Parts: sequence; structure tokens; C-alpha cells
Amino acid sequence: MTESTTTETVQSIIAELKDKPGALLPILHGIQDALGYIPADSVPAIAGGLNLSRAEVHGVISFYHYFRDTPAGKHTVHLCRAESCQSMGSNALEAHVKNTLGIDYHETTADGLFSLEPVYCLGNCACSPAMQIGEEIYGRVSAESFDEIINDLGVEA
Amino acid sequence: MSITVYISGDSTAISIGANRTAAAVVKEAAQRGVEINLVRNGSRGLYWLEPLIEVVVNNERVAYGAVKPSDVASLFDADFLNGGQHPLALGSVEEIPYFKKQQRLTFARVGITDPISLDDYIAHDGYRGLKNALASSQAEVVKQVTDSGLRGRGGAAFPTGIKWNTVLNTPSEQKYIICNADEGDSGTFSDRMIMEGDPFVLIEGMTIAGLAVGANQGYIYLRVEYPHAHKALNAAIAKAYQANYLGDNIQGSGKKFDLEVRLGAGAYVCGEETSLMESLEGKRGLVRFKPPLPAISGLFGQPTVVNNVISLASVPIILDKGGDYYRDFGMGRSRGTLPLQLAGNLKHTGLVEIAFGMTLRELLYDFGGGSAAGRPIKAVQVGGPLGAFVPESQFDTPLDYEAFAANWTVLGHGGVVAFDDTANMAEMARYAMEFCAIESCGKCTPCRIGSTRGMEVMDDIINNVDREKNVVLLRSLCDTLLNGSLCALGGMTPYPVLSALNHFPEDFGIDE
Repeated sequence: MTESTTTETVQSIIAELKDKPGALLPILHGIQDALGYIPADSVPAIAGGLNLSRAEVHGVISFYHYFRDTPAGKHTVHLCRAESCQSMGSNALEAHVKNTLGIDYHETTADGLFSLEPVYCLGNCACSPAMQIGEEIYGRVSAESFDEIINDLGVEA
Repeated sequence: MSITVYISGDSTAISIGANRTAAAVVKEAAQRGVEINLVRNGSRGLYWLEPLIEVVVNNERVAYGAVKPSDVASLFDADFLNGGQHPLALGSVEEIPYFKKQQRLTFARVGITDPISLDDYIAHDGYRGLKNALASSQAEVVKQVTDSGLRGRGGAAFPTGIKWNTVLNTPSEQKYIICNADEGDSGTFSDRMIMEGDPFVLIEGMTIAGLAVGANQGYIYLRVEYPHAHKALNAAIAKAYQANYLGDNIQGSGKKFDLEVRLGAGAYVCGEETSLMESLEGKRGLVRFKPPLPAISGLFGQPTVVNNVISLASVPIILDKGGDYYRDFGMGRSRGTLPLQLAGNLKHTGLVEIAFGMTLRELLYDFGGGSAAGRPIKAVQVGGPLGAFVPESQFDTPLDYEAFAANWTVLGHGGVVAFDDTANMAEMARYAMEFCAIESCGKCTPCRIGSTRGMEVMDDIINNVDREKNVVLLRSLCDTLLNGSLCALGGMTPYPVLSALNHFPEDFGIDE
């Protein structure tokens, strides 16, 4: 996406949503859905559209774990760290995932394929351990099934 | 004539392959030239049997599970579409003891109907509560909810009717209904199951709430981690608008109620009602001081009802069958039913909706079937990440808000996470502090700084650095968090920490 289409996308999302009550989160979701992250240079436009200071907009982006200000890899692996998953061995799975991808949380692989983020509960606690990639949720994830899923996604890419 | 086949579209069922099983069934049926009508229902909540297939045979539903794609051809060979015998055959789900022993009021339709079919909803007693509400005065509707004894199912257990009454009696041009669907507690998934499996019941409950207190705008604040629930809610809301169950003239009554889903963004603290409202207003989710109560000055400063998904989804049956009907279930001051969620290290995880009063032990063993690996259950965490770890010696506590509180434990949202004897409770206590540090909104000092200090103290205890001194320090820190925090995040983090320390000192390296 070129710089001007990015700006256009941001502007049209702001224009579409800015009159909603409490419009900031819907706008940030709109931008992240469209671009994969919220570019720093979109902050002045958002602030202008909502009559907020840039600091306020930046403060909201940085408060919420889900919003990111850098591009993610092609696939973001959201691995659950919460208690139910821990009770079913997610600590060992976490070590395997970090080792396999060669990255820690909040990092992206060098080939740009995978980012890794922790998540605190996917509501999938009846089939722990759980992870989410895109809109796909995976249950009873083992080291083996993780490798399979990652391989399939890698081949797809 | 095509045969109706139900395969769950619930996200947990999907997470273990329901979509692949459904695709295999569709493909196999096409290859064999058999016409089927595939319905993606909610989950019955017996997750060890998912992916579950139900087929309608002579107006009865016959179940097969758990069905892998590789089982599908043999099911067709066994003529499962006509109820044929097969090693995976389960008979009727309703006769399986796990299901049969339940009392499903709020979950009456989940797993049975097509979640986004309004016709199906109405054919299964949907919108009868709204009809009664439209024929009653506002005070009468609030009285039914008060009489039912319904208490906030999000965890705080505040009487719903009292909250509604405050909003009803606070004059204002604009009032709001907020559904707190930020189900962030580990081990809980009943909100998700309702939103995916019967979204109309939540929409109906919110509409009744709006009529009752005079609010014409509702928001469902949904966590971003629930994409399937998001789709189901939006699809159901669109249908409700089309059929005038939402909008400017609800069923010709002249009454207005609009409803919109808003997404959170991964902040656990936004499940706290004042933080949630800040977030809905487009701000950082910082907790507000109370008072003022949200019922008096809530969203955008207006009187606001903030209720959990299950609380609101329980309203339609109360208005349909009357407050007395609901109140006749339960024990003590815990009236009605609680949808319990069996999670973590259990053999039979899933949803158990049952009247208050059963013991935790019955839930863990009669329903849960013990730990997944057959090892002893060491502890269960009830009520989410801010709930206490309950040791075996307290398993005979009845599932009742007051009985749990008397043990310094929390029933909360009814999530139950089991740990077998391989779990280390000192590590769990450390995790509780870490979670608090990650999720703290930062407004109050005990939570913001205390949680990080708590992590450091726990590291020292685990690594045997001045252990005795640090245990004293940990207790003092927990005292500060308990009594000095603004909301439950800091205020209840000591529950898992101190319960782990008190019941499992050996895991902290303390000899008793």
C-alpha cells in the first residue's frame, strides 16, 4: 500500500465513524483492520477528526494491548497464557512455540511470517491449551499440532 | 426430503475441528447424492464429545461424537442419517447424565436452535418475555426482576432488580443499557456460548431492560478475542431490526431501543464497569471512583445499567415465567441457576447450568469426572484469575455466593479451573501478581506498583532469598492491595496469592 492510499484509508475511516458517540475505539479498530496496525502518522489525523490532542490519541493506542503501532507479521499467533491453559501444560507449549519461531512475545520472525503475542484467555478453556491465529481458534494445542499448523501456514504463504 | 444435521458452530467446537467435520459431512453427502440440511447450532456444552453431530430422526435428535473427519464415511455407511448404529453413537444428548441432571433456564435453547434464525428463536419460546414486558408497566417489569432474586452473574452478585430500580427512578432524557461482554476471566466461557449459541436471548434481555428503565440505547461491550460471537451478534441484531424487535417502534408499541456492539481491545480491566464505560467513551480504560454509581451517573454522565451477559440473558425467562418461577431454584440468597463452566484439567469440561446449592465436589467429580489425566485434583480456582485457589478440604462447599464468601473464596462468574497435583501453587501465586501488573490500569498505587513488587517478592520466595522475611512482606503487601485498591483487580489479586500461600505452604518452601 502506498503512502497516499494509506492516508486516504485513514481519512475515510475517520470520516465514516467520527460522529459516533465515543468514536475513538471504533476508528482505531477500523484502521488496524484495514492496515494491520495504527501508523504513527495517522495519529494527527485522528486527533484532528475527533478534536482531541495527539497525546490523548497516543495514550489510548498505548493503553490497549490489542492495538499496535508497528506492522505485524503475516500471521499473528496469539498464545493463551491464562490459568486454564497453564493447568493443561501451556508453559511447556509456550517454550516450544518461542523456540520454534525463534522469537519472544511482541516480536516478529525475520522472514516477516509470524508475530507472537500473549493473550489472556480466549474463552476456549474447555479445550486448553488454546491459541488464535487470525480469526481461527485452536484448542488442545500440542507441540506437534502447533508445528503442523505453522507448517501449513508457512507453505500457504 | 432432506435430513437436518446439526454440527456446532461454537468456537470451541471449531477449535477442535467442527468445521473440518462439517465439511467432510457435506462432501460425503454430495458424493452419495444425499440431501442434507446442515445447521450450525451452538454447543450443547459437552465439549469432550465435540465435534458432535445430531441428526433428526422421527422428530428426535440422535447424537454421534466426537466425530473426526476420518469417521464421516463410516457414519454414512452405518446410515447415521436414519439413526444407524455406530461406535460413536450416543443416543439422545438429553439422556446423557451430564446433560440430564442440569436445569437449563438461561441456556434452554443453546445447542438446540439455529442461533441466528429468528423463526427458530420464536418457535422455542423466544420473545415471550418481551411480549409480557410490553404489556406491563416499567415498575412491574423491575419488580419481576427484583422478585426473581437475580444477582449480577458477572461476579459481584449485586441484585439486578435494585440496580434497575435506581436507573428507573433517576430522571434523565438519556439513559443507557450496557451489556458487559468483556468476559476476560480465565476459565469462563458461558457468555461466549450464549452470544454464539443464542444471541437473540441477550438482545431480548437488553430490550426488556431498556423498556424497564426508560433507556433507548444499548451497547454490548464485547472483547475483541471473540470474533465468532461478534459475527453472531451482528447477524442477530440485523434480523431483530428487520422484524421490529429493535428500532424506533418495537412490535408496534411506539417504544424505541437501539443496540450496537462495540469491541474492546484486549484490556482485562475493561471488564470493570467504570473502566468499561471510559473505554466506550473512547478513552483509556482507567477505573473511576465510585460514587457516583453508574446507575446515577454512568456512560457519558447519564444513568446507566451495566449488567453481565448472563444476567441480561436470564431476564427473558424471568419475564416469561415470572420472578417466582426463577426464584424457586437455588438456595439461601443465591436464587435461580448458575451456568458453571468446567475448565482446565478435567476429564469432562463444559457447561453445567444448575440451581445453586450443589457442592463443588459433586461438580468436579460427578460432572467433571476428575482430572483429565486421572491424577488427584490438587486445587481449583473458582471465579477467574482473581478467585481463590480452593483446596480439597473445601470441596464440600455448596455453590452459593455466601457459602463461598464464608471460606474467603469467590464464586464469581462460575468459572472453575482445575489443577492436578503437578501444579506448583507458588508459581500460580507469582503468575497472579504478574497478571495484575500486566493488566493494571495504573490509576491507583497499590495495584500499579504493588503488583510489580509482588512479582519480585514472589521471585525471592521461590528462589529462597530471605524466604521468611519475604513471606511476611508478601502478606503485608497483600493487605495493602486488599484494602487500598480502587477496584477488584488490585483488591482481589491477594485472593489467589494468599489462598495459595495458606493452603499450599510447601510449594513456597515453607515447612509446616
